[in-house]
Amino acid sequence: MSTLDIAPEHGRAYWLLADCWNMVRRGLTHYRRRPASIAWQLGFPILSVLLYGYVFSGAMRVPGGGDYKDFLMPGMFVMTMAFGFINTATLVVHDSTKGVIDRFRSMPMASSAVVAGRGGTDLLVGCAELGIMMLTAFAMGWRPDGGWSFLAAFGLLLWLRFALVWAGVWLGLLVPDPEAAGGLFGAAFPLAMISSVFVAPRLMPDWLGFVAVWNPISSTATATRELFGTPAGSGGSWVEQHALLMAGVWPAVLTLVFLPLAVRRFRKLGA
Amino acid sequence: MTDEHAVRAEAVEKRYGDKRALDGFDLTVRRGTVHGLLGPNGAGKTTAVRILATLTRLDGGRATVAGFDVTRRPREVRARIGLTGQYAAVDEVLTGRQNLEMFGRLFHLGGRRARLRAAELLERFDLTDAADRGVDGYSGGMRRRLDLAASMILAPDVLFLDEPTTGLDPRSRREVWESVRKLVEDGTTVLLTTQYLEEADRLASRITVIDQGRAIADDSPDGLKARIGGDRIEIVVTERAEIPHAMKAVARVAEGEPEADEGELRVHAQVTDRVAALTDVTRTLRDEGVRVEDIGLRRPSLDDVFLRLTGHRTETEKAA
Repeated sequence: MSTLDIAPEHGRAYWLLADCWNMVRRGLTHYRRRPASIAWQLGFPILSVLLYGYVFSGAMRVPGGGDYKDFLMPGMFVMTMAFGFINTATLVVHDSTKGVIDRFRSMPMASSAVVAGRGGTDLLVGCAELGIMMLTAFAMGWRPDGGWSFLAAFGLLLWLRFALVWAGVWLGLLVPDPEAAGGLFGAAFPLAMISSVFVAPRLMPDWLGFVAVWNPISSTATATRELFGTPAGSGGSWVEQHALLMAGVWPAVLTLVFLPLAVRRFRKLGA
Repeated sequence: MTDEHAVRAEAVEKRYGDKRALDGFDLTVRRGTVHGLLGPNGAGKTTAVRILATLTRLDGGRATVAGFDVTRRPREVRARIGLTGQYAAVDEVLTGRQNLEMFGRLFHLGGRRARLRAAELLERFDLTDAADRGVDGYSGGMRRRLDLAASMILAPDVLFLDEPTTGLDPRSRREVWESVRKLVEDGTTVLLTTQYLEEADRLASRITVIDQGRAIADDSPDGLKARIGGDRIEIVVTERAEIPHAMKAVARVAEGEPEADEGELRVHAQVTDRVAALTDVTRTLRDEGVRVEDIGLRRPSLDDVFLRLTGHRTETEKAA
């Protein structure tokens, strides 16, 4: 009876990718129609770099000497990537409380595309955040090593963002309303502070330093500092010695944990 | 699809914790018809629609839509249905056109056909002027029309309309009704849930009444009204002594015995020809000099239907 039939000339994989791309397009169109939200999302990292950079620079010291700015900037990048999951969760909870998700689920599209599209959009925004923060840092006198190691650092930061997208999707589907999503910030803040993002764990009380060293985002911070050519004298623990490895491993572990949780939670919307 | 039934549900069960949302629910909807699913809040209407639209899994029983099992072949079902829920399932941030083009692409029409189809539907649902404005600026009726348009992108075999006019003003309500009629002319089967007997009466050729997760009646609108009784005439008199006179006046036109409610000084009875009955009773009362506070006609409400079919009032009524 249908006058328009679903185009048969492409395979399942093609349509999965097409569905994902359409969902990414939706995410980007949202930003185009709500410039204020992207301005805030990109403005906050700039503001953080400026504030922390100028306020803390004089007062903080780095173990083994060196400029605090060189220590801080990679930390700021890591923190912004890590906090990205709050944006993801907020957007997901806004979406899931609306009927539009029901429409997506009642359509013959790949349902995983809804989740994957969110991830794709957030990675693109993550790129923009990193780019704009790096330009700000550069303007403040931060001078990283160029070349491949710079790109590797950029990649590791996005890899962390990617892993936490799934945590964001899962939490976004878990919390009941947008207000509750705001509370995630309070939970995330200690996680960012108890790490090597702002302060070297060596300078913390022993037990706290231990936690900070094993914090997944510390590995990314330490690894990117090395790749930017401004390694901070880090401690001698195994996890700090193998920061590059762990900056690859931690996000993989996070993805393995949160991606299935997110997908399962999304499917369970129909229970 | 050789089956003459577009929708078929057999003994469908759905539990939420201890609560049985659907408890052996049966439904058959003939192809090319509008079928009303009538019931109060919490009767299981929305659960039934969500199961048929593959959004919710059933716990027991069996359901097929457009010839495909909703549990085993959800993809085939999704390619043949449209759904309009109680809350417009459209993207609030995008414009009307962007919404329809996006849904069209997600229905795998391809970019060009999605654009054409969107333009066509905007025109048909009278949204061309608002096409490039954000949906967050739309009125309730416009949203619902956009939602209907989105359900129509593939010209579905079966369209589910879950309380499509709840919360709409009378004008928007008529617009939605008009759109539904047009769809059916094009061959779509519609399952419509509603709390309003009037809405089911206007649109549906068959009505299933649902209560506490079960179908308790399945009939044509006329058959259903015959079972619950038609319109009622109501007279409120100024004092108790007038009640017998009013009873006598009403008895001339009533079907069956008139009833009196002494406390409220009210006399009422079922009538068949409502306007003739009202004229006749008004004349008699005036001629006899009966002092009347108020007189009027009342259509049977959903609550009357329930009282008659189940012996109890609707849940919402009890709560109120």
